[in-house]
Amino acid sequence: MEIVYPAFILILAIFLGFELISKVPATLHTPLMSGSNAISGITLIGALTAAGAGGETLATILGAMAVGFATINVVGGYLVTDRMLGMFHKKEKGAANNE
Amino acid sequence: MNNALIANFAYIVSAVLFIYGLKELGSPATARRGNIISSIGMMLAVIVTLIAQGIVDYKWIAVGVVVGALIGVLAARMVAMTAMPEMVALFNGFGGLASLLVGWAALYAAGITTFTIVTVVLSVLIGGVTFTGSTIAWAKLNERITGKPILFPGQSILNALIMAAIIACAVLFAMEPANVNYLYAIIGLSFVFGIMFVIPIGGGDMPVVISLLNSYSGLAACAAGFAINNLLLIVAGALVGASGIILTSIMCKAMNRSLSNVLFSGFGSTKQIESGETGEVKPITADDAYYILEAASNVLIVPGYGMAVAQAQHVTKELQELLEKNGCEVTYGVHPVAGRMPGHMNVLLAEADVSYDVLMEMDEVNPRMESYDVAIVIGANDVVNPSAREDEGSAIYGMPVINVDFAKTVFVLKRSMAAGFAGLQNPLFFRPNTRMLFGDAKESIGALVREFGD
Repeated sequence: MEIVYPAFILILAIFLGFELISKVPATLHTPLMSGSNAISGITLIGALTAAGAGGETLATILGAMAVGFATINVVGGYLVTDRMLGMFHKKEKGAANNE
Repeated sequence: MNNALIANFAYIVSAVLFIYGLKELGSPATARRGNIISSIGMMLAVIVTLIAQGIVDYKWIAVGVVVGALIGVLAARMVAMTAMPEMVALFNGFGGLASLLVGWAALYAAGITTFTIVTVVLSVLIGGVTFTGSTIAWAKLNERITGKPILFPGQSILNALIMAAIIACAVLFAMEPANVNYLYAIIGLSFVFGIMFVIPIGGGDMPVVISLLNSYSGLAACAAGFAINNLLLIVAGALVGASGIILTSIMCKAMNRSLSNVLFSGFGSTKQIESGETGEVKPITADDAYYILEAASNVLIVPGYGMAVAQAQHVTKELQELLEKNGCEVTYGVHPVAGRMPGHMNVLLAEADVSYDVLMEMDEVNPRMESYDVAIVIGANDVVNPSAREDEGSAIYGMPVINVDFAKTVFVLKRSMAAGFAGLQNPLFFRPNTRMLFGDAKESIGALVREFGD
């Protein structure tokens, strides 16, 4: 049962992911990619536990390195996505020349 | 015990925020909010982990977070929009490496079962392949190494041997978990496998590879989630994995090729099929092009990777404004695989402040191609090649393309007569309604803009 339970959640999450992502228009595929990439940095919380649990030295070092790389992934990923999405504008007719 | 329960409830909230954030990414109007919602989910997960998961030593965490955040902020601020594919590839690679390390560290936790060993091996393997594969993709996009496919005799046999060795090491490691040397071997082999996996893939196929690596980075997080028994990692990793797989399949469809064909064939390396159609190319000067554009009332712009290389997106927007002032309607037709990653062109044009409601997909512009007076092709080649429709012998036959040759007049902005990434000659250049505007795309469009100014 211990294995079945997370596997069950995994399958449901995959189907949910398919449903969500197939609705994203092609215009937004690059931000989608970098945004979902930032989400994959969720491994950071595993890294935090490994680095701070006060276990073996090797595990702590591995965890600390993982924290560093995952943080780059999370912080960089969200910021760059935000920067990109900030550029997507819909222009109101008439207001075009005032800027 | 209570703390763990609180943490898990908070993780559920995080998962909901991720899901809702991804849902909001479905429309340009709400996408930015969606990204912020998703980042709040991440923040919540991190904070809860820090206070409620029995962490006793914050020293190393602080070092990792500060260094990582600093690099992340700098990279996100400084990267040019044209370099976005490289950036995403690199971030992907770091995510993969982090999952590898988390999986590895999980080995030193208490209560290791065979199931844990299997998941550790999986997260190390996928994470390792993602890391070196993304690094090679980054180097290729950056042109630090050649963008051409790297092929050598016996390549597929070598790959099969590496795969077999990985499986053998994994089995041995599961039988004898105390011997960490097996794990080191798996790490090394997965690194080599990641390199081998990306080097035979050509520059034009990068959108597929980046999507696939994106998916792998999610799957690596997912596997790490199994290794440390954390459901949030499993859910978030699965969402990202699914997202990457969908993008991969959209990219493959847009090239009319199967995934295995993209991954293993080294497309464009050997094929040099001459299309039967050759003939006279009709160059045009900016001067003459201007007169045609001035009279046009409906113009389609088809951008390609060449626009990114020439950094021509801003001057293209200027041309668009001048045409619109002249009473002309301007639309952009964006092919799904134009550029180096999915949606690459859209981001560049958004950077130049082109409104997203004039950015059309291929299927929207093709049915009304006859109504366009002029189609301007900027640095695109294979995605507008009519051979894909007409020439059964062509390597890209069957690939959906933007049928610019049906427009009344076609301007092709091109540096020279060199073939596209697929190494194919493009019969579009010889069509009676095609005019070639040779030179750097930025300068050519700049010349047109000046003509309008006079």
